[in-house]
Parts: sequence; structure tokens; C-alpha cells
Amino acid sequence: MRQAVNISAADVIPEPEAVLRGLSVPEGVAADLRFQRLLRAALDILTARSCPAGLFGEIAADEFGYVYGGSGSNDPDTPLHHIYPKATGLALFAVTLGREVSREIDYLFHVREFALATILDAAASQAAELAGDAVEREFAAVLAANGLFQGETRLLRYSPGYCGWHMSGQRALFDRLRPDEIGITLRESFLMEPLKSMSGVIAAGPAAIHDFEDVFPCCAGCENPTCRERIRRALSG
Amino acid sequence: MDILSRIAQELEAGEDERVAELTREAIAQNLAPKEILDRGLLAGMNVVGEKFRAHEVFLPDVLLAAKAMYAGLDLLKPLLIRDGVPPAGKIILGTVQGDLHDIGKNLVGIMLKGAGFEVIDLGHDVPPARFIDAATENGADLIGMSTLLTTTMPVMRQVVAMIEERGLRGKIRTIVGGAPVTAEYAREIGADAYSFDGSHAVERVKRLMAEA
Repeated sequence: MRQAVNISAADVIPEPEAVLRGLSVPEGVAADLRFQRLLRAALDILTARSCPAGLFGEIAADEFGYVYGGSGSNDPDTPLHHIYPKATGLALFAVTLGREVSREIDYLFHVREFALATILDAAASQAAELAGDAVEREFAAVLAANGLFQGETRLLRYSPGYCGWHMSGQRALFDRLRPDEIGITLRESFLMEPLKSMSGVIAAGPAAIHDFEDVFPCCAGCENPTCRERIRRALSG
Repeated sequence: MDILSRIAQELEAGEDERVAELTREAIAQNLAPKEILDRGLLAGMNVVGEKFRAHEVFLPDVLLAAKAMYAGLDLLKPLLIRDGVPPAGKIILGTVQGDLHDIGKNLVGIMLKGAGFEVIDLGHDVPPARFIDAATENGADLIGMSTLLTTTMPVMRQVVAMIEERGLRGKIRTIVGGAPVTAEYAREIGADAYSFDGSHAVERVKRLMAEA
């Protein structure tokens, strides 16, 4: 079953602190007044320009195995390879903020508003994650309606291009989910357009299925282990 | 405080209108454009770069300073050309074919311009041959390539190989960067340098220019 998700711009506006973290400003460091003004301006632009949309489609584990296999370019062993067979529910998903945000970022660079452009870009990346959260909540509601959401159930998202799932997996994912319905297209390089889009699989199941040690081939060269925080949140509920 | 120190100070604070005003004043005082550039604009930008590397200021601060740098540079550029003052180096920059992510590449370009380099930005989705054609047509010292995708990283290898094929190795250097790119990958494909961010890119490019 494929389901479009209505997401309002207000749903995806990130907290200013989250944007600061996205700009590598350490926690506890306050933005000065000028920085705060730019941050507010960026969030206003994001509110005005983003047209968020989401889509998900439930998928059985064996069918997902086919999608996940993609072109056969995944790492020989990956965390998701161990996670998805244990999931009680799986859904392919895609979200986008639409084209206008990226156009605005380009425009701001063009008119030399470098700082505002960069803050808007960081805010838009956070917004795409929030759009993903909105889709995840919808999927959780579907699971709950079918009695598949227990107290210990946790949902986490996994995307091609991360943790050993080769980016070429986007092709099989797109063939199955058809996110062109919400305006997302795929280039030959497996890059999604609009740029501020996200796709992957939402895996639902007991928190423990999401836990893994960083012993996989993909972990060795990983310089941004955001999985640790995601796993910590899933395990702590 | 002399006017050049004031330019540097206002630039550090990211006050673009004040920098433009003071640069006009310095020009009106008949100070040498190269001196205004070196002791005013570049001096201020160097301090910002150092503070950024020391985590005393953050990316938006650097970018506000860069905008102020551009405001001064716009006024100085015709005079520097008139006086025959060469840029610190000429660099072709682009995001490789198949990738549309511009932000990292833009930041590198802004910081390189802020350090006195001439940057020719080819934009995104740039085919391998276009990097080299642009470099030879413009007499560039360096090609800088960026990508955010693992699937487009091989384009960097193609550019480096094409430089070799055309007998341009040593004449045109290469620097690569972007989220999936590592120093090891840069070495593997034969690139001359790797950078993980804009500020570091400036240092690496300066070093490559000094080695040339």
C-alpha cells in the first residue's frame, strides 16, 4: 500500500539550535545577535519556500531484500542486512522540500548573501529530516491501527548511500515506490532532484534489532557516525 | 589606528559597507592597491581564517567576512589589473559531472577568493574535459573538484587521468574534496591534494602554489 503524507511547512521548521549544530556550532555556544537575525531570516525563507511532501509504501521483508540488493553493489556485510529480516514492519519512503528552497539557496549565493545561503542550506537539511519524521509517524500510525505497534517498537530510517547500502539501490527503490508522484526524480548518478529530498526504508521492530556494533566494513571509513546517536535514542525509547 | 588596520578590523567584523567605505577612502589617499589588498583586506581575512580554524568563530562569521572582502575587492580589482598585480593563483572550480551539490564547492570558492586567488567557478555537473579545457584556456594553476556522492567520485579520477594523458601533469595541479572523499582516495587517484573544508583548502592551495 502506497500512501502520500500531507506535511505542512510548519511541520518541518527546525529548532534554531538544531540548525546551529548543523553548522558545526558546538552545543552551549550562543549565536550573537547578527547570527540570530540571519537564523531567523533563514527560517522565515524556509517557511515561505518549502513545499514538503512525503510518500511511503509498506513492503514485505522478502520483497525488500530484492530492493535492497539493488544492482549488487552493497558492501559484503551491512547493518541493514541483519536488521530488516527481524523487522515487524518495513516501508519504503521518500520526502522532499520541493524545488524552491534549493533555488533560493542558489540565488542567495549569487547575490553574495553567503552566510544566509549557508544557514538556509543547513536549515533545509534539518527540515528534510523533520519531513522524514512526519512520514515515520504516519507509518507508525498504520502499524498501530493494525496492532503491529507494541510498546517496545522503535522505528528507524536507513538510506541508500549510507552504512554500506550502495547508492545504486536508489534505482530499485524508485522503481518500486515511484516518488515522481511527489516530484522527486532520480539522475543517472542516483542523485535525487530536488536536492533537499530523502529516501530509504523505515524499519519497525523491537529496539534491539536496531542495535549494532561498529564492526562492519562501512564503519571503518565512516567519519560521521550519526548511527550511534540514533541507536542510543532508539534503545532509550 | 591607520586606515588599513581599520579595513582589516571591519572586515573581521563582517561589516561590508564599512569595508567598502574605508577602501574607497584608502584609494582616495593614493595608497597602493596592492598594499590595501595585503595589509587591509587579506590581513583581516587571514585573522578570520585563523580564528575559524581555532573554533573561535564559525562558518557564518567567515562568510560575513568574505562578503566584506568582496565589497573591498570589487573596488580594488580594476586598480590591481591596471597595476599588473597578479592574483595569488588561478583556480578552476566545479562540482563533478552527475552531482548538483554546490554548497561545499561554493564555500571553497569564497574562501579562495578571500585569500586573493582568482576563481573560475564552472558550477555543478561539470564533465571531465570541461575542467581541463577551462584550465588550459584560462592558464589556470589548479583544478579543484568537489562531490557529495560516492557514485560521482570516479569523475575525479577521470580528470586526473586526462591531465596525465594531455601531458599537463605538473602544470595543472588538482585538489579534491567533498563528504565521501578522503585523503587516501585523493592519493589513490593521483590528485595533488585533498581538503576536508574551505579553510583547509586555502592552506593546501597556498602550499601547492609555493611548491610549483
